[in-house]
Amino acid sequence: MSPALNVVGRSVPRSDGIGHVTGRTQFATDHSFPGMLHLKIVRSPVHHARIRRIDLSEAERVPGFVCALTHADVPHNVYTILGLIGVEPEEEFVLAEDRARYKGEPIAAIVAESEEAALDAVARVKLDLEELPAVFDVEEALKPGAPIVTHWGNNTFMYEGHPCRRVRFGDVEEAFARADHIVEGVYNTKPIEQAPIETTGCIAVPEANGRYTVYTNTQAVYFSLDNTSIILQIPGNRLHFVGGTVGGGFGGKVDVIVEPLATLAAMKTNRPVKYAYSRSEEMQVSSTRSAWRIYVKDGVMRDGRIIARKVTSYADSGAYSRQTPYALTKHAANASGPYAIPNVSIDAYCVYTNRVPSSAMRGFGITMASFALEVQMDKIAEVAGLDPWSIRFINAYRDGDIKPHRKVVEDATLIETMQAAAALVGQDLPAEFRAMTSARRSEGGA
Amino acid sequence: MGSKIITFVLGGREVEVMVKPMTTLQAVLRYQLGYTAVKEGCRQGGCGSCTVLVEGEPMMSCLLPVEDVAGMHVTTLEAITPADGLDRVQQAFLEHGAFQCGYCTPGMIVVSKALLGHNPRPTRQEIVDAFAGNICRCTGYEPIIAAVEGAARASASKAAQPG
Amino acid sequence: MAKLRGTGMSAVNYPTGMNLGGDPSQALIHATTSGSFVVSLSATDLGQGLRTVIGQIAAEALGVRMEDVVIDTADTDTGPHDMGTFASRATHRVGNAVMAAAQEAREALLDVAEDELEAARSDLEFDGQGNILVRGAPDRSLKVADIAAAAQFKYGKTIAGRGVYMKPRSPVDPETGAMDPDSTEAHACTVAEVEVDTETGEVTVLSIRSAYEVGRQINPALVKGQIVGGAWMGMSHALYETTAPYYPDPDHNPKDFSEYLMPGAYEMPEIDCVVLEYPSSNGPYGVKGVGEMTANAPIPAIVNAIYHATGLRIDELPVTPELILRGLDAKERAASVASAADTTATTGS
Repeated sequence: MSPALNVVGRSVPRSDGIGHVTGRTQFATDHSFPGMLHLKIVRSPVHHARIRRIDLSEAERVPGFVCALTHADVPHNVYTILGLIGVEPEEEFVLAEDRARYKGEPIAAIVAESEEAALDAVARVKLDLEELPAVFDVEEALKPGAPIVTHWGNNTFMYEGHPCRRVRFGDVEEAFARADHIVEGVYNTKPIEQAPIETTGCIAVPEANGRYTVYTNTQAVYFSLDNTSIILQIPGNRLHFVGGTVGGGFGGKVDVIVEPLATLAAMKTNRPVKYAYSRSEEMQVSSTRSAWRIYVKDGVMRDGRIIARKVTSYADSGAYSRQTPYALTKHAANASGPYAIPNVSIDAYCVYTNRVPSSAMRGFGITMASFALEVQMDKIAEVAGLDPWSIRFINAYRDGDIKPHRKVVEDATLIETMQAAAALVGQDLPAEFRAMTSARRSEGGA
Repeated sequence: MGSKIITFVLGGREVEVMVKPMTTLQAVLRYQLGYTAVKEGCRQGGCGSCTVLVEGEPMMSCLLPVEDVAGMHVTTLEAITPADGLDRVQQAFLEHGAFQCGYCTPGMIVVSKALLGHNPRPTRQEIVDAFAGNICRCTGYEPIIAAVEGAARASASKAAQPG
Repeated sequence: MAKLRGTGMSAVNYPTGMNLGGDPSQALIHATTSGSFVVSLSATDLGQGLRTVIGQIAAEALGVRMEDVVIDTADTDTGPHDMGTFASRATHRVGNAVMAAAQEAREALLDVAEDELEAARSDLEFDGQGNILVRGAPDRSLKVADIAAAAQFKYGKTIAGRGVYMKPRSPVDPETGAMDPDSTEAHACTVAEVEVDTETGEVTVLSIRSAYEVGRQINPALVKGQIVGGAWMGMSHALYETTAPYYPDPDHNPKDFSEYLMPGAYEMPEIDCVVLEYPSSNGPYGVKGVGEMTANAPIPAIVNAIYHATGLRIDELPVTPELILRGLDAKERAASVASAADTTATTGS
C-alpha cells in the first residue's frame, strides 16, 4: 500500500450508519404529504390477449375514486429505457394499447383518495379480452409456428441483422475435429427476483412553480428523470428527482416504471401521488433475472488444454426487451470464461416469450454464464483425468492474451486469486502452479 | 363501520388515534404518527421490517390491528434510541457493519433488543432463532449475528465493572 | 440413506462498467467558507456504502479530513449527470470523476495558498489533516478553512472543481463480436463444502471460502460486507430462489417471502475470505469493483461440491431437494440396470 494514502484503504465507519441504526434515514416512501393520492394498476389477468374494451364505469363509482389513466392519457406511451443512448427497439407500452403480452402487464392506472379505494376500484374494472396463444419456453418460442410476441415478426432481438449476438474467433469446427475429447453440457436456470426488502416506489409532488418533485428509490435518478420527461413529453427542467437512498436494488430498480405514471397522475390531479409496488407486485410483475438455457461444447486436448469452445445461449427476455438485449452482449463478451481458448464461437439469443419481462440483476448476463462454465470446467477436468484446480491453472488467461472479442487482456489475476484460495483452504498445489503468474507469456509467464 | 378512538402508550407517552376497524398498528405508526423507523417491506408478516415491541415482546406491526394494542406499551426504534447517543445494540450494529441498505435494520435492532432484554447472553442458536421472522437481502446475516454477540459481550463487561 | 459431504470450487472474472461504455458520471466540488468541501453527485447508494467510499476518495484526493467532506447526492436540482448505480460502475466511474474534480479544486486552493503563505506552489503540500504546509518550514502552515475563507472574502475567488469520467461508447462488430466490453476485471475463486442428505434431498452448505482480487480496496470492511452478503445470495440462487419453480410452466409463481424461498440466518455457513489488491490502471487509486460479482463464484462451487458428495451432475438451478432426490433415484435405477446387465452378461458367458 502506498504510504501516501491517508484515508483510502481504511475501514472508516459508514457515513450513513447512524441514520440506518436509528431508523432516521428517510427512504423514498417514508415521505408523506397532505392530500396524497394513491395509484394502483389494472393488470392483465392472462398471459397473452387482445384488449377489446376497458370498462371503467363501475370503478368510477367507488367512493374515493379520483381518476383513471389509460394509454390514451400517456403523451408518449412508449417505454424504452436505453432509448437515451440510442438502444432500441421501441416496443413496450407504458399502458397496454391493443394487446397484453404478459400476465400482469399494466393496462390502466387508478388514482384514489386511499389505497383501499384504489384497490377496490381496480377490482371493479371490467376487461373485455380475447385470449391468445402464448409461449413460455426460449426454444419453443423460436420454432416455426410459435406465437409471435414482438411486433417485428420473430421472437428474437435482432443484432444488426443477426438473430443473436455473435462472437467468432478462430475456427471451432477445425479444432473440434482434432481435439482428443469433446465435452458437452446444457445448463438451465430459472428466473430470479431481485427481491429488495423496500419495494420499488415513488411519490410525485406538484410544486407551486409548476414543477414536479419526485421522491424515488430508483438506482439511477437521471435515467428515471429523462425517461419520465420523454414519456410525459415535458421538458426535463420541470422535473426534480430526489433519491439516492435505496432499500436494496440488485438491478430491479434500474427500471423506470413507477415515476412516469405517478408524475402523470400528479399533473392530472395537481396533488401528490404515491405509486409503490405491493410485495406481490414486486415478486410477480417487476422485472426478473432472465431464465437461461446455455449449451456449451468444448474441444479438449489430452493435457487438459481447451482448444475450442462453442456456446449457444438463450435468455428469456419475457414480453419486452428492457435491458436484456444489452445483457446478452455482456454475456457474449464473457461466455468463454477467464480462460485462454484459441477458437471460440458464441451465439447469444435474446428471446421473447409471454413472461414478465426480465431486465437487470446483479451479475447482468454473467452470473449464469459463470455457473454453466464453471460446472463445465469440472466435467472437462474429469474427462481429461485432471483435478478441478489443474484444469483451471492450465487454461487460465494471462495479461497480453487476446480475448475472443479481440480485446487484449490486462489486469488478469485469475492465477494469483486461485493460488490465494488454495492457500486459504489448505489445498496443495504442484510447484508449477505455485510458480505460475498472470504476467504476459512473453515476459516469463510460463 | 365507523371509526373509533384507540389509546395506547407509545415510547412512554400516551397517544390517542382515530381509526377504522382493522387498521394496522403499522399504518397508524407510519402514516398517522410519522414513526417511519417502522418499515413496510411486505405488509403480510413476511419480512419483519415493521417489528415493534408490544409490552416488551417483538411483534410485526403489519399484522396487528391497532385495537389489539389498546392500553398497551408500544416501543418503536425511535424510543429505543437514547436521547444522548446510541443504544449498545445500535452501537454494535455500527461496529459490525450489520447493515447495508438499512431497510431491514430497524426490525433487526428491535428484535435484538427484545432478545437481549430476556436473555443477556444468548447462544448463536438462540440469536438465529430470534431472527426467524426477519429477512435481510444484503448482509448474509453473519454481521447481524456478530453484532448481537458483540452487544451481549459489551453488556456483560459493563455489568462486570464495579459501580 | 446417508449424509454425504463434498467440496467444490470455481474461478471467475467480472468486468467493471457498462459494457460498451458511453456511461458518464460527473462530480462537482466546492469549498464553503468554513473549509468543508461539498461533493455534488447524482449517484445512488444501494446499501453498498457509496457515500462512504466516495467520501474517502474525495478526502484523499483533496488532501483533507473525511469529516470535512460532505457528499450531496441524487438530487437532480443540485447534482450533475450520472448514469446510475449498476454494472459495478459507481466506485470506478464516480470515483474517477471525483478525483478529477478534486484536482481542479486543489489547484484553486493552491492558487490562494501561494499568496497567503508567500511560497512557491512546488513547496506547498497538504497534510491530509486540513492544513497546507510549506515544505521544510514547519511553522509556516495554514488551515484549509482559512484559505477557503480568504479566497472568498479577500480574493473574491471560488474554490471549486469539475470532474467527469466517461469510457467512450464503442460499437460491436456484428460479424465477429469484436468489442471493448469492460474497463477492468476483478477475479474470485471460491471453495464450498456441502452436506447432502440423501433421505430428504436437502443440501446444507457448510462453508464458503473465497479469494477475491478487486484492485484497490477503498474500504476493506465494506468489501468484506459485499463478499459475505454475496456468498449468501449465491447460495440462495444455487439452492432456493426462483419465480418460476417449474419453468417453462408460468404458474406457481411466488407472491411473497413465505413462498419465495431464501435461506435465513439459520442456514448461514462458515464464510471466510482473503482479498488481494492488484490495482487497476484506470480505476481511482486502482479500484476495480466488487459489487455484483460476489454472488457468482459460490453458485458453481456449491453445485460442483454436490457432485463431489453424491456423484450427481446437476445442470440446473436452483438445486432443489426434489432435483436431488430424482437424480439419486435415476442414478440408483441406472446402477441396478447396469448390474442386472452385468449379471446377464456373466450368466451368458
